[in-house]
Amino acid sequence: MRRGPLTRVLGEHPVGTAFVTPYVVFLAAVFAYPLGFAVYMSFHDYFFAAPGAIVDRPFVGFDNYVTVLTDPAIRRAFGNVLIFLVINVPLTVVLSLGLANALNAAIRWRTFFRVSYYVPYVTASVAVVGVWLFLFNSNGLVNSVLGPLAPDPSWLVNSRLAMPTVAIYVTWKQLGFFILLYLAALQNVSKDLYEAASMDGAGRWKSFLNVTVPGVRPATTLVVLVATVTGANLFTEPYLLTGGGGPDGASASPVLIMYQRGIEQGHPDVGSAIGVLLVIGVLLLALIERKFVGREED
Amino acid sequence: MKLQAGLLAVVLAGSLVACGDSGGGAGDADAAAKARGPISIWYSNNAEEVAWGKQMVTAWNAGHADQKITAQEIPTGKSSEEVIGAAITAGNAPCLIFNTSPASVSQFQKQGGLVPLDSFSDGKSYIEDRSGDVAQQYKSADGKYYQLPWKSNPVMIFYNKKAFAKAGIDTTNPPLKTYDEFLATSRKVVASKAAKFAIYPAPSNEFFQSWFDFYPLYAAETGGKQLVADGKSTFASDEGKKVAGFWRTMYADKLASQEKYTGDAFVDGTAAMAVVGPWAIATYKGKVDWGVVPVPTSSGKPANEIHTFSDAKNVAMYSACKNRGTAWDVLKFATSQDQDGKFLAATGQMPLRKDVATTYADYFAKNPDYKVFADQASRTVEVPNVPNSITIWQTFRDAYSKSVIFGQQDPGEALDGAAQKVDQLVKQS
Repeated sequence: MRRGPLTRVLGEHPVGTAFVTPYVVFLAAVFAYPLGFAVYMSFHDYFFAAPGAIVDRPFVGFDNYVTVLTDPAIRRAFGNVLIFLVINVPLTVVLSLGLANALNAAIRWRTFFRVSYYVPYVTASVAVVGVWLFLFNSNGLVNSVLGPLAPDPSWLVNSRLAMPTVAIYVTWKQLGFFILLYLAALQNVSKDLYEAASMDGAGRWKSFLNVTVPGVRPATTLVVLVATVTGANLFTEPYLLTGGGGPDGASASPVLIMYQRGIEQGHPDVGSAIGVLLVIGVLLLALIERKFVGREED
Repeated sequence: MKLQAGLLAVVLAGSLVACGDSGGGAGDADAAAKARGPISIWYSNNAEEVAWGKQMVTAWNAGHADQKITAQEIPTGKSSEEVIGAAITAGNAPCLIFNTSPASVSQFQKQGGLVPLDSFSDGKSYIEDRSGDVAQQYKSADGKYYQLPWKSNPVMIFYNKKAFAKAGIDTTNPPLKTYDEFLATSRKVVASKAAKFAIYPAPSNEFFQSWFDFYPLYAAETGGKQLVADGKSTFASDEGKKVAGFWRTMYADKLASQEKYTGDAFVDGTAAMAVVGPWAIATYKGKVDWGVVPVPTSSGKPANEIHTFSDAKNVAMYSACKNRGTAWDVLKFATSQDQDGKFLAATGQMPLRKDVATTYADYFAKNPDYKVFADQASRTVEVPNVPNSITIWQTFRDAYSKSVIFGQQDPGEALDGAAQKVDQLVKQS
């Protein structure tokens, strides 16, 4: 069959293409262009300049990547975010699934609990950080409860505990969102399966393991991937909780360092190289997670 | 399919080109230097400075109907330096910003965002006549002035008289001249529970925090040395190590805190002392009965020999400005003796002029609290005006934070290591 000119331009389904076009343009403008430009900057001696200013921005090959990979502070920041993810992602999955399962049951005050878990997620970090500083400083509530067992130096100024404390804070703050994802997924698990499991003599725990967990696997894949991506973008929390990544860079994240190098210090080329490496790292991590967590869907 | 992929490529390339176009140029600099017409300015969002800025603009506009100023507070951002940097890149910076940090000038200059004030025939002479020798610290590496030294907030040690009295310390002449005296006084304050900490400089890792702990004491100890001088770092010297050692003892003995504080520890009574400039006096009014002394030195130098950090903010002219002739006239008007006097009266901050104390003798007679700052203003040390300035300060802060605040390395060793890195950064310029 001979294809008309419109079909040749817009494909077999022009209406579908028309619907997709705004999104393609949006993606091009806010995602593809900045990403491409960041890659370009990372291979040049690049800095921001006034319009019309005559500046030289020569191609420098992998120099910016060498700078990034040989800087102990940046390497440490990448290590820190790995520690963060190792704590944050499993904790997020376990807590949000457990709580969503509990909140899905017919319990009293269900709406109150759901709102309570969601409130930290929608509250500005700046506001809740004050509460956490009050809880976790050396004279805070947590140390008062722990008494002689309290760590010295205290949580947020302890180089071993600073990042885990930030990870726990972020887990708590974002839990409401992930609980919502699981609550939605739980609506799709057939009640028949629970009844069948009950007929087979399965208790609550066995039903949870053999019906709920497999039933919400697609949601688990999503939770793991979203938690990884948001975790890799960690910035506000270490900035506010630990005063710019202290102590001694123990809670600095790659995005925080990217901001310092790229914006504060005027080296967006090095900042871009950090960003490109972070994207590659997150993609690899996401692929690995997809392979393990999402394997039964394939 | 290929055609669709091609269309997508065109869209992507189009957006690249559209966003990559740097737009119009800055125009002919000579013509712009003479051009007159309306201009825009930004000033700080500090309430007292806003009040001064508004009256200055009103006064100018009343006499210049064809060259009006449109003024606004600097847009809110994480820091004014980032907002200004972004405005330079976008090409929409105003003509003048009365809140330009000297530490950022080298970066703004590299961006092509600043107008050298020497490009005006009376530019150099006006700056040097107004500020005297202090002006030399604000020259850029190429020997030009890209900023007009405007106002300083010489930092000194404020102490809480009530807390000192509770600790049994003399409140009119407290023993705070030498490091030993300062440490002994601090120990008394903490032991008596007059305050939880003797002093509470921000222990966080931002590059500028060293301006309020290490740098004032370093300026005092060295008789006015900058962190970098003659293309080389200076801080890994005996003087620098003495200052670092002093602060290390303060942290190790828990006389200062390693933890971030939300709020003002001095106002809240958590700390009995603070390192701060005269801008804070308005904040302390009715909250703290304070006294003020110069920062300590190891040997207890007399007050009239002590230097400190200036904590200055300056005025710069930005290259996006079309009517630079008017902007230069406004700059001179806003920093005239009359307007500087109004600024001093409104804010308590020290205009960076020669002989502030005698020029505004009436003000200081009526406001004796500020007199000591006027005297100190003649001995201030600025951040070095060198390329990579902020990277240099962050490198220093990282080493200081690790060794002095958190005790994870010997402070002397840390300063030696930081000096090597800073020397490399200076060479890159």
